[in-house]
Amino acid sequence: MTAVAEPRAVRRETPPVLAFLGRRILGGILALFVASIVIFVALNILPGNPASVILGRNATPAAERVLTQRMHLDRPATTRYADWLGGFAHADLGISAVSLAQGQRTSVWQQISGPLKNSAILAAIAALFMIPLSIGLGVIGPIFPGKPVDHMISIFSLAAIALPEFVTGSLLIGIFFVALDWLPPVALVPPGGSPLDNPSELVLPVLTLLFASLAAGVRMVRAGMTEVLQTEYVQTARLNGVGERRVLWRYALRNALAPSVQVLAQNLQWLIGGIIITENVFAYPGIGTELVNAVQTRDVTVVQSVAMLIAVVYVVINLLADLVVMLLVPKLREPA
Amino acid sequence: MSAVQTAPVIRVDDLSIRLQTGEPVVAGVSFEVLPGEIVGLVGESGSGKTTTALSLLGYTRPGVVIDGGTVEVGGESVIDRDGRALRGLRGKTVSYVPQDPGGALNPSMRIGGAIMDVLRAHRAGAGSDESIRSALERVELGSDPRFAHRYPHQLSGGQQQRVTIAMACVCDPPVAVLDEPTTGLDVLTQDRILAELRRLRDEDGMAMVYVTHDLAVVAQMADRIIVMYAGRIVENGPAAEVIERPRHPYTRALVEAIPDFRHPRALRGIGGVSVGVGDWPDGCAFAPRCQHQQLRCHEALPVLEETVPGHHVRCMRWMELDLHDRDLPVGRASRAAAAAPPLLAVSGLEARYRSNRSGHPAVAAVSFTVEPGRCVALVGESGSGKTTIGRCIAGLHVPAAGTIAFDGAAVAGHARQRPLEVRRRIQIVFQNPFESLNPRQRVRSSIVRPLRILRRLSRAEAEREVGELLERVQLPARLGDRFPVELSGGERQRVAIARALAAQPDLLICDEVTSALDVSVQAAVLELLQELQRELHLSMLFITHNLGVVACVADTVLVLDQGRLCETGAVGDVLASPSHDYTRRLLAAAPCLPDGAV
Amino acid sequence: MRARFRFLHSRSGAIGFGIVVFVLLVAILGPYFAPHDPRAPVGLPLSGPSGKAPLGTDFLGRDVLSRLLYGGRSVIGFAAAATVLAYAVGMSIGLAAGYSRSLIDPALMRTVDVMLAFPPLLFLLVLIAGAGTSIAVLVIGVAAIQAPGISRIVRTATLEVSTRGYVEAGIARGERAFAVIGREVLPNILAPVLVDAGLRFTYSILIIASVNFLGLGLQPPNSDWALMISENRTYIQLNPWAVLVPAAMIGLLTIGINLTGDAIARSLGRSYVPRTTRSVVG
Repeated sequence: MTAVAEPRAVRRETPPVLAFLGRRILGGILALFVASIVIFVALNILPGNPASVILGRNATPAAERVLTQRMHLDRPATTRYADWLGGFAHADLGISAVSLAQGQRTSVWQQISGPLKNSAILAAIAALFMIPLSIGLGVIGPIFPGKPVDHMISIFSLAAIALPEFVTGSLLIGIFFVALDWLPPVALVPPGGSPLDNPSELVLPVLTLLFASLAAGVRMVRAGMTEVLQTEYVQTARLNGVGERRVLWRYALRNALAPSVQVLAQNLQWLIGGIIITENVFAYPGIGTELVNAVQTRDVTVVQSVAMLIAVVYVVINLLADLVVMLLVPKLREPA
Repeated sequence: MSAVQTAPVIRVDDLSIRLQTGEPVVAGVSFEVLPGEIVGLVGESGSGKTTTALSLLGYTRPGVVIDGGTVEVGGESVIDRDGRALRGLRGKTVSYVPQDPGGALNPSMRIGGAIMDVLRAHRAGAGSDESIRSALERVELGSDPRFAHRYPHQLSGGQQQRVTIAMACVCDPPVAVLDEPTTGLDVLTQDRILAELRRLRDEDGMAMVYVTHDLAVVAQMADRIIVMYAGRIVENGPAAEVIERPRHPYTRALVEAIPDFRHPRALRGIGGVSVGVGDWPDGCAFAPRCQHQQLRCHEALPVLEETVPGHHVRCMRWMELDLHDRDLPVGRASRAAAAAPPLLAVSGLEARYRSNRSGHPAVAAVSFTVEPGRCVALVGESGSGKTTIGRCIAGLHVPAAGTIAFDGAAVAGHARQRPLEVRRRIQIVFQNPFESLNPRQRVRSSIVRPLRILRRLSRAEAEREVGELLERVQLPARLGDRFPVELSGGERQRVAIARALAAQPDLLICDEVTSALDVSVQAAVLELLQELQRELHLSMLFITHNLGVVACVADTVLVLDQGRLCETGAVGDVLASPSHDYTRRLLAAAPCLPDGAV
Repeated sequence: MRARFRFLHSRSGAIGFGIVVFVLLVAILGPYFAPHDPRAPVGLPLSGPSGKAPLGTDFLGRDVLSRLLYGGRSVIGFAAAATVLAYAVGMSIGLAAGYSRSLIDPALMRTVDVMLAFPPLLFLLVLIAGAGTSIAVLVIGVAAIQAPGISRIVRTATLEVSTRGYVEAGIARGERAFAVIGREVLPNILAPVLVDAGLRFTYSILIIASVNFLGLGLQPPNSDWALMISENRTYIQLNPWAVLVPAAMIGLLTIGINLTGDAIARSLGRSYVPRTTRSVVG
């Protein structure tokens, strides 16, 4: 009795990876489009004249008229929206409204390029530590269940995930500055300088960022690893004598990585959110501080463009994560 | 025990396994497996067969420990072995074929790599394309040279299982442990895999321990059968003997409970419920359910005694009982076709899968009728469309084309659009007993609902009827106060039937209602359904893949293949002389007991 | 039903629950026990613990203990309101998407996906930039952030439960969608939803506290734990209690909720395995 081979025909069309990428990019662009509308609407359509809000106490009718004109607020909303998006695509992020109120014309890009760089450095350093630590700490626990290292990691992640960055930051300052005087409580960077000039300033901010994002990452990687270790294929491999090291590496870890990647992507996004707070705690001149200042002063142009920028970074990270997951999970490479 | 003095490849002596909390799972198990012998390890849920089989690999599930006794594989003990030595044995001396092949293969590894891993684990540096190719050829997958580059999800269920068998054979172990390897497969695929396994034994002399709950399957495969109940061996002997001349009442009852399409007869289930871990009674564990029980059976545990050389049984009364020539319930009298107009008339039914895949539809151009008081069986493999047809009739799936006429009038596709009377008169019972009842409601509430909605009874009237309905399905009325989680699978299925009967239907659709149940419970539920059909003059649409059940339960049968109707006719005619090729293949592949049994 | 309080049997569950109850009591009943008016100075700024002010004074000389006792209501109250609103919206969307197998599902979920692609804190800041700071903006903003995630979880659970026999039995009886969802679906998706609820509430608290900390939420001179931390942190050397105690309260609350949530998840997980129990008849 001969076996009937039943191969699934692999159709010769667009390779699924490219099709998948294409779909995702399209989806990302759509999401950014919707995000831009949301941002624009929130800032410009809501009741209240932005000009008068910015001027605050100095809001004389004359000053308002001048500012309104300078901010192009007299033009219809759709035109303003189109102008903004068009400019954004060409890396022209507009003119700071607050500067307009003060009679100057500071371009938003000029204003935020320095802080952007600073934030990028901070985020990069934190991410550099977070990714391997998340994976490492996450997989160790289920490999040695019940042992002390497992408990310690579990307790740490439980505690750390509960604390917001400003609490962690303040506590860290309390320990390392107030009590021990080892590290500075603020991370000031002179304009034009680089945060890397004074590394000790970066330690506490990075630690603060790591705390919250690590905890979430470790918990999810743990859960993924535990689940994978209980699968039938891991058991079958063991029962057929495959060595434990090979089983852990190629059967367990390899299949736990895919969901972990998605988790880590989420965490990188969380990192971005955490940066805003952390920069504030340590007075670090990054884009988060810029954003908060802009919100406080109602500088709508700055808020608009910075928010959009951050949304773009978010979407790009998501895309990259999806791509990595696809490389790790062969099943996704098939046409659906 | 064996006449020939060859060393057994597996020797188990007085094995006992218990939970970490103390309850025994397996006790006093002793048996041998000779080289080239296929031993069938048979039992129902709670029998301990899987735990015993896994212990042959030195493995116990978490929370389970081996308490005592010896297990020797290839002359070496597997108990109290450290990791390294155990790994050396696994795959090389004794290997493992799992139940669910889809889940047992690493989804991110090509199958060539998976086979290579097993090779490399035992012969360092071994494993070339050649050796993988020959491993695949052994299971008849060698025709396509690129096959080894595929991922598991690109294979069919049958191919996946062949790959796991290839992995288990690649190091030429003298014995393999197979844990229900064909349970999840279609009958036709199952048949091929069984043939494959027999060939491996014939050509390579590999011994096997084949764990299953299906006596019919093991009857075709095994040289020797071991029957387990409540963690102990109750019968152990040559396969033909055990099936044709069983000495233990449980074995006899199991054989009787298996529907055989060549000798249709009314089924008789085993009363009572399977004994679970921690519930072992004093004395013989089967005694409470046994027809031949006596006081002494409850007082002391019977020991394994030899009836004829090579055949052992654990029963106090084996010498007195003659189980072979018992009064067998007579087969269904086939009734003359009723002259009444059909209750249900399906014409040109067509239905699509929900995902709207263009390709072949789930159901295509199916027409049939169900007369009042008759039972029509829909038979086919998975993907044949039989369940979809049942759901269309129940109003759960809107057909793409065709008409369904009930009692002369066409009915709408969706239940919500049907008049109350139609909704009441057509009822359905589903396959999975663990999902048919709302876990958050007491059994009573689940039954009251149709009484109030479909028969418009008041709350007081409805509550009164619940007790009657439960008794009609042979459950005590007080079960109404329980939650579904407290009931066994068989009980839940009976409650689902009671819920369906509450509406006083004329047509009952049974969608594989016994497929998820143990064999003994299956027979009991089928028995109940037959009784109900007679008493209440119900029409039934019985959906199943088991031809034996069809023979015992139905009047007319429809054979479906991939959504199309292949053949239809009276059950006796179709099964005795099928006219369609597909039907013939199904009949040939269906596992059945040897002629001497029953 | 009896399983509901089983989570209390585990040690971590009991500890977590105890912590949560403690913090909630402080927040809700605190104002009745405060020795001083939280807005009135009672001594020199940033002085240490004394008889009058057991936890010292803050940077304006106000009693830290009194401000602490008054400070929980705002954060927890707003977070609770926002979470409840988020659930009302999120569950409706999730149930509708998961139950109807029509085009409603992908349409709703694409929208939800887009909203999930947006960084939460950023969204809140943008909203505040546009509409100003007010309780309404905070509550609606946080609800809008949480609702998409909730609808995802509810949809997944609904999809899974909708295929079960008892739901289909209801549909076959011709019951209206609302009846089936209410009786058969909703009680059986509560388990995963409840587990998620704890984490969501925690996140609401954290995000509102973060916004307050940035000075963009509740404005001084209100007493609020997060505000206290932000106002006093530059002077942490002089009176660390003004920062550490409110920080500890927030931390304890979130840790407690997480512990309890984990314990609930474990206890519910166990009771969901169908057991073949010893029973009366076969």
